[in-house]
Amino acid sequence: MKAAFEVNGESVEVDVEPRLSLADCLRDVLGLTGTHLGCEHGVCGACTVIVDGQAVRSCLTLAVQADGERITTVEGLSPEAGLSPLQAAFRKHHALQCGFCTPGMVTTAHALLSEEPDADADRVREVLSGNICRCTGYVPIVEAVLEARAAYRKMEGES
Amino acid sequence: MKFPAFDYAAPDSLDEAVALLAAHGEDAMVLAGGQSLMPILAFRMAAPSLLVDLKKVPALDRIDIGAEGVTLGARSRWCDIERHAGLAAAHPLLAEATRHIAHYQIRNRGTVGGSLALADPAAELPGVAVACDALLTLAGPGGERHVAAAEFFLGPMTTAIAPDEILTAVHFPAWPENRRWAFQEFARRKGDFALAGVALHYDLDAQGRARDMRIGVIGASDRPHRLHAAEATMNGSAVDAATIAAAAAAASTEVSPMEDHHAPADYRRALVATLVERALQEAAS
Repeated sequence: MKAAFEVNGESVEVDVEPRLSLADCLRDVLGLTGTHLGCEHGVCGACTVIVDGQAVRSCLTLAVQADGERITTVEGLSPEAGLSPLQAAFRKHHALQCGFCTPGMVTTAHALLSEEPDADADRVREVLSGNICRCTGYVPIVEAVLEARAAYRKMEGES
Repeated sequence: MKFPAFDYAAPDSLDEAVALLAAHGEDAMVLAGGQSLMPILAFRMAAPSLLVDLKKVPALDRIDIGAEGVTLGARSRWCDIERHAGLAAAHPLLAEATRHIAHYQIRNRGTVGGSLALADPAAELPGVAVACDALLTLAGPGGERHVAAAEFFLGPMTTAIAPDEILTAVHFPAWPENRRWAFQEFARRKGDFALAGVALHYDLDAQGRARDMRIGVIGASDRPHRLHAAEATMNGSAVDAATIAAAAAAASTEVSPMEDHHAPADYRRALVATLVERALQEAAS
């Protein structure tokens, strides 16, 4: 079955089985392996991608459901050179160890701060509660997201 | 954890969607946000031959607020309710309960209709629906029919929806000004399913006595239901420490909690009493 959507600004058309998840489509058909799959049933958040501006679990979305949508993966959040403010904040605060959950953390945080650049620590914790990290204990991740707020406020001011 | 093989259709109209269900019977399942259905498929607890996606069916994502109450289209998502400007004033209990539902990413896709049609005994919206006498609209080959929430939930993951019917909307009767209400649940982590929860509301008469007490409970039986004995202890009485204690005691006797790895049945029974107590205190304050 055919589905056409946009991934990180590029139009793509895929011909896939209806049962293929968006996560598997991104990884195995489109070669975008930045999106990670942990639990594959909507609990761990590692596979979070941004669909039309909103963070969603790509393991609970079918590729054919994405027809007509605009998708951003963690690859789409990386500048050509250097680090984005969010990535820089993750590095500065040591907000990852093994890195498996990081793509989901970054996409989730980006979706949140794009909509709510003034999110407070409670809101950040609430939103990140949908993403499981087994290394960091979350504290450095929350600190990184809070620090990145300034850059998103500035972007909002400019747009 | 790959999904079983199925065909997929995204019809443009409700009539087409119903016709597909009528043609495929129990082999077809309805897909909206997929936040419950897809895990069920991943675990192979269901293996439909066809998924009928409602994404293109018009008007199912409407939220209407009027003099008769609040109507949520089945495809309204938790994030739509959260962001709706008028809903918290039009139905504060519904708005508050929704804040407890699921995690951020799930809230961006999970739908009202999906929660009601799945009928998880611990889900919040079904509990609010029974506490508020909500009316559910089902569309089938013969047209629409309406089912009261009290008759809709038949057991765990079991509802009155026929295989060829689609849940299209849920209606909550108008919310009088000055109504007292509270929503209380206990979950080990915000966004998880609750171990138990209580949604209640009542009105006060001129003498300050409770009238029309409605207490819905979730996570404490095989389906969401009202706590009629607890309600009866409160109706016609002042809401004070003595009546609250009596209602809490009554509540714990009229639930039949399941036992699982999250909590023993006795714990859940005690939890219901505590949540009824807290909710009545909150509503009265």
